[in-house]
Amino acid sequence: MPQNELLNKISQLQFVCVELNLYLDTNPTDMAAKNDYLCYGEALKAAISEYETLYGPLMNFGHSPTDTGCYVNDAWPWD
Amino acid sequence: MWIYMKKLEYPVNIQQPNLPMAKALMAQYGGPDSELAAGTRYLTQRFSMPDARCKATCNDIGTEEMGHWEMIGTMIYQCMRGASLEDIKAAGLIGYYTIHDHGVFPCDPNGVPFTTAYIQCTGDPVADLTEDLAAEQKARATYEHLMNLTDDPALLNPLRFLREREIVHYQRFGECLNIVNELVGNAGLRYSRMGTFGGTPRCQ
Repeated sequence: MPQNELLNKISQLQFVCVELNLYLDTNPTDMAAKNDYLCYGEALKAAISEYETLYGPLMNFGHSPTDTGCYVNDAWPWD
Repeated sequence: MWIYMKKLEYPVNIQQPNLPMAKALMAQYGGPDSELAAGTRYLTQRFSMPDARCKATCNDIGTEEMGHWEMIGTMIYQCMRGASLEDIKAAGLIGYYTIHDHGVFPCDPNGVPFTTAYIQCTGDPVADLTEDLAAEQKARATYEHLMNLTDDPALLNPLRFLREREIVHYQRFGECLNIVNELVGNAGLRYSRMGTFGGTPRCQ
């Protein structure tokens, strides 16, 4: 998948996870929402892993162990 | 502890300089109802929240606000990118340029620097959550004003996204206030006796 397309996919999955996370903060016993959260969390993890293998690390502090690209030199979000 | 992710929560890609909007957007970067005010407010109020659900909400919404602050900073940076000195003068940014050049500094559109006097942390969960509800509505109103000032989709789309987040956060803080009110009612406590210093058992 092209870099921008994959990044957009990550943003979409991440948005679902942010929304479900905030909802679960105040509704922690909603099992349907919890299951959705776990399911989308797995999909997000897989998309991030695919992106990092192809295009380089997205996260700092040891959370993106990949040989591709360079955390320092790859474009920053405001570039 | 926070982990940084080298991407924005919602994409921002502004290709043309737009100094009037750079100036207006400073409202949400360093103004009284800015994303910076929101993030620091919730992240500092979380310590004294009496219920795990309210701690989680302040922590996680506060964290999301930092991502929004980064989006607004990106929008200001890109709106100023490539602008000429003539444009800067015409947009009334001569004072800003003199002090900050093209740096992104947390101040409001009139150059007033950010101050934590914009936020409160009373340690009283009802007072703090009520402030949070007002903060979300004030930020929503500011986003609507910003959206009235432009018809450029490159600006409108992220602004629309950020406005929508204020509404969702308002909903979550409303649930937190209900949770706290319920705790107070069940325990027969006064609001002021909910915290560590009240001498009564903490509501968890």
